[in-house]
Amino acid sequence: MSGMVNGTVARITFRATMGRKRALLFAIAPLILIAVAALLRLAHPEMRSWPAHYLGIFGFSVVLPLTALIIGTSVLGAEIDDGSIVHLLATPVRRSAVILTKFAVAVALTMIFVALPALLAALIATGGITRLAAGVFAGALAGSVIYSAFFVTISVLTTRAIGVGLLYLLVWEGLLGNLVSGASELSIGQYSLGVANSIARDPGLNAHLTLTTAIVMGAAVIVATLALAIRALSGFSLRGDAV
Amino acid sequence: MSTAMVQVRNVSLWYGNVVAINDISMSIGPGVTGLLGPNGAGKSTLLHMIAGFLPPSRGEVLVGGQPSWRNPGLFRTVGLVPEHPSVYSFLTGAEFVRATARLHKLPDPDGAARRAIGLVEMTGPQDRKIATYSKGMRQRIKVAAALVHDPEVILLDEPFNGMDPRQRLHLMDLLHSTAASGRTILFSSHILEEVERLSGTIQVMVSGRLAASGDFRAIRRLMTSRPHVFLVRTSDDRLLATALMGRPSVTGVELTPRGVQVRTWTTAPSPGSSPACPGTPASGCAKCCLPTSPWRACSPTSSPPEAPTDPRHR
Repeated sequence: MSGMVNGTVARITFRATMGRKRALLFAIAPLILIAVAALLRLAHPEMRSWPAHYLGIFGFSVVLPLTALIIGTSVLGAEIDDGSIVHLLATPVRRSAVILTKFAVAVALTMIFVALPALLAALIATGGITRLAAGVFAGALAGSVIYSAFFVTISVLTTRAIGVGLLYLLVWEGLLGNLVSGASELSIGQYSLGVANSIARDPGLNAHLTLTTAIVMGAAVIVATLALAIRALSGFSLRGDAV
Repeated sequence: MSTAMVQVRNVSLWYGNVVAINDISMSIGPGVTGLLGPNGAGKSTLLHMIAGFLPPSRGEVLVGGQPSWRNPGLFRTVGLVPEHPSVYSFLTGAEFVRATARLHKLPDPDGAARRAIGLVEMTGPQDRKIATYSKGMRQRIKVAAALVHDPEVILLDEPFNGMDPRQRLHLMDLLHSTAASGRTILFSSHILEEVERLSGTIQVMVSGRLAASGDFRAIRRLMTSRPHVFLVRTSDDRLLATALMGRPSVTGVELTPRGVQVRTWTTAPSPGSSPACPGTPASGCAKCCLPTSPWRACSPTSSPPEAPTDPRHR
């Protein structure tokens, strides 16, 4: 395991990611998630159905993917964009270790900035430790891992990672996921909801997949995207001044 | 068995139908080698290929006998100073070099970093954030990071850009002494004087091709026995053109909207002499020296054309 993740790379990545102004963005959506949960709780203390709707739609379709997108494209993409990645790549560190470390940092940050706030919002919304709160937390943890792999990979493949990521979220997960039933099997949001629903068992979450499908498909996405990212970073090239 | 650590064999590189590198072959052995050429000649492209950051479209690039493309293990013996100015500016100089030493998994990263920072004379400002450094300081801290693992091969892309004259001399001394211990050093530059001071062996690139290769003085002699083109502007270009055409050293004169374009041919080289410019500004030469290649600007001629004068003003 120690060969797969590089401590020096992790430390630099963490400082670089949290040192940018962009880091403030990480906190905005999760804070809104918690604040709105508190407001709804005050307005409807007795209703039983809104927490699952609210956490399923706003939490899993908006806050989780957007925050994961910003974090996932920051940990490596920013370095590639400004060219400082050369200093890291001009060392014998294995490219797989670079990708896996960046991925690990993205997962950790996404869990801190999304999964924990989601748990907090769920606790506030349901008024205590409930199946829904546990499910939301588990689903958000799973989503942090899968989305991070996906967005870190996009940031290696394209310099327009945020745009491509948003397009995926809006068009694929947002539009097609609701219109075409088969698209849900290829939606990271649905994998996260599948994990959440396996514990919460609440139709309000709008989950379409079973736990097995969610886990198998999610694992496949992680392995495939990270392999792609390692391959792409191994072929990282610098253009000269000639053209 | 060749002693050359860097071998470039029939390498070409093209993007679509743009040829960036055109069939270049060279062997770089121990010592300092200068890669000279105008901007856009493909020097950085070639250095990136040697460092494994670009795949050749054709041919092969070997470092220490191994292909450099997709071979990060290469950096155990190679140090790269990229031209790109961006560094991890949120780190201090010392943190940056120490981190590099750790990435190389050196047994004593702190000691190695201290040594490398001392070599580039950055011990004073080493605890300041790189964001506060001048361009010359950034350049030196990048050199320290590239030297931290005492590499066999050192590649530097325009290393003197942004350095003041004193820093330049110091880096030249450093590269000289590093080369003296048997290291292979290849640096690119578009400034003839830098290459002249630093290296006996040069590789000259023009438009993606290797234009000349070998001993600096021999190439310099070849360069001076080529036609030279000067642009001379006066208050009466036509009169000057008539006068110049009478000189034996002048092979052609053309009136252009920008002034008189004079072509001279010198066959007797004199490597030692280096008059700055033919013609003296005092006598009306507002702008002289427009040779065919910028890096050959003001190259010496054994018999420079006489200073243009306007007889009517005498």
